[in-house]
Amino acid sequence: MGKVIVVTSGKGGVGKTTSTAALGAALAQNGDKVVVVDFDVGLRNLDLVMGAERRVVYDLVNVIQGEAKLPQALIRDKRVETLYLLPASQTRDKDNLTPEGVEKVVAALKKAFDWVICDSPAGIERGATLAMRHADVAIVVTNPEVSSVRDSDRIIGLLDSKTLKAENGERMEKHLLLTRYDPTRAERGDMLKVDDVLEILSIPLLGIIPESMDVLKASNLGSPVTLADDSSAPARAYFDAVRRLKGEAVPVTVPGEKRGFFGKFFGRKAA
Amino acid sequence: MLTKPRPIRLKGRSFLALALTPELPLEDWLAGLDDLAARSAGFFLRRPVVLDVGDLDVDKAELHDLVEKLGQRNVRVMGIEGARPSMLGPDMPPPMSDGRPASDFEEPQADHGAEGAAPEAVGKEPGQTVQDGPVVGAALQSVVITEPVRSGQSLFFPESDVTIVGSVASGAEIVAGGSIHVYGTLRGRALAGTAGNDGARIFCRKLEAELIAINGFYQTAEDMEPDLRGRAVQAWLEGHALKTGILG
Repeated sequence: MGKVIVVTSGKGGVGKTTSTAALGAALAQNGDKVVVVDFDVGLRNLDLVMGAERRVVYDLVNVIQGEAKLPQALIRDKRVETLYLLPASQTRDKDNLTPEGVEKVVAALKKAFDWVICDSPAGIERGATLAMRHADVAIVVTNPEVSSVRDSDRIIGLLDSKTLKAENGERMEKHLLLTRYDPTRAERGDMLKVDDVLEILSIPLLGIIPESMDVLKASNLGSPVTLADDSSAPARAYFDAVRRLKGEAVPVTVPGEKRGFFGKFFGRKAA
Repeated sequence: MLTKPRPIRLKGRSFLALALTPELPLEDWLAGLDDLAARSAGFFLRRPVVLDVGDLDVDKAELHDLVEKLGQRNVRVMGIEGARPSMLGPDMPPPMSDGRPASDFEEPQADHGAEGAAPEAVGKEPGQTVQDGPVVGAALQSVVITEPVRSGQSLFFPESDVTIVGSVASGAEIVAGGSIHVYGTLRGRALAGTAGNDGARIFCRKLEAELIAINGFYQTAEDMEPDLRGRAVQAWLEGHALKTGILG
């Protein structure tokens, strides 16, 4: 049985889709069977970032409404054979997502894949709550700036109340992925420091992804950043994040921070 | 020239209302009510009554008629829960929503939940236990929350002190009848003493609050003294003035 991960944030434009693609591709490169699911009905982007926009025939809404079978809608990645995409509809809207339909699709995907990564839309409405509903693990994507942090806090509150796990009285495993981190701006005080964000959100840190032109280049090429250039700084950060997701204790390095000799031995405490 | 207007006091009041759930046929239900009133004279006299018509299949005229009939029996309906907007009019009691089951305090009667069924009041003395109005000086219970309060969450404990072991996020709010203790950073709103309790206080390890209030007297972040921000602070009421000070 696979694990369902929701990549969510509350705020828009922080890096959910980019991270879903990057993490999915990183997990698949290790040989795991991964499906990334786009829940942003009407404003789909995951297909673009995965480079599959010219091969979309059927989508999540088609499957929910019984117009297509799940295997017909799944698109296999051309570069990594264990990586699949279930795109969202572009012509319909989120009202076409039904709780029962989503439940059935996620259950079927859990049986067939090791990892089901749900790319949540921004906001706290139906698309976002349905994307998180069946998750086992949540990755909260946050930029180190005040509006993003407050919105992430709201989303964490929803993860603890509007999910199946919460309704069953279980704790949802939550991780913080700090994206678009710019060390010079943090130094100047234009951006929140990592410790400030951790203090406010109080969930364990999965990784810090530095701001980088490589991300834009990769998405314009239609490739997850961990496939396009796996030695770039963001790609390496995503690979580390995947290792932590799987339980490995990898010390977090803050991009741009100079660490002394002993600093290298003491990893950053993850909240 | 505008003089600084006195700020309007926004107070919370918690009243325990009796919820009646009429059933069809209405004549039979009213007969049952008469029976109840006969057995316990004046039962409805001092109680605010809310009519729960969520499951009742009547139209506007029938609902109006029902409220009148209840008035004739000295049952004053102060609000109607679960009615469609089209069923109500300016001459009818106002709509009410978000009723919660009442918190438990010792009462020998049947449960007074907001969705309560018709009360069973055989042999109860009128005027017993139902609390109406502010509970001043009554022993308050204490609620302890051991997790951070997230943005958008609203905690409402009209009969208790609230202690939070953790921080209160920006955009969250705590409303308490008693005092509020935050063993963490208070970034949201804290409204203490809402049941008319002037002695309630607010305590926090680090003050970054958006708004604090005690029994309706409030200060926004702008009003607070700047050198208190980021410090351990307590707030209390002196007359009509909200005072703040560093916690030692």
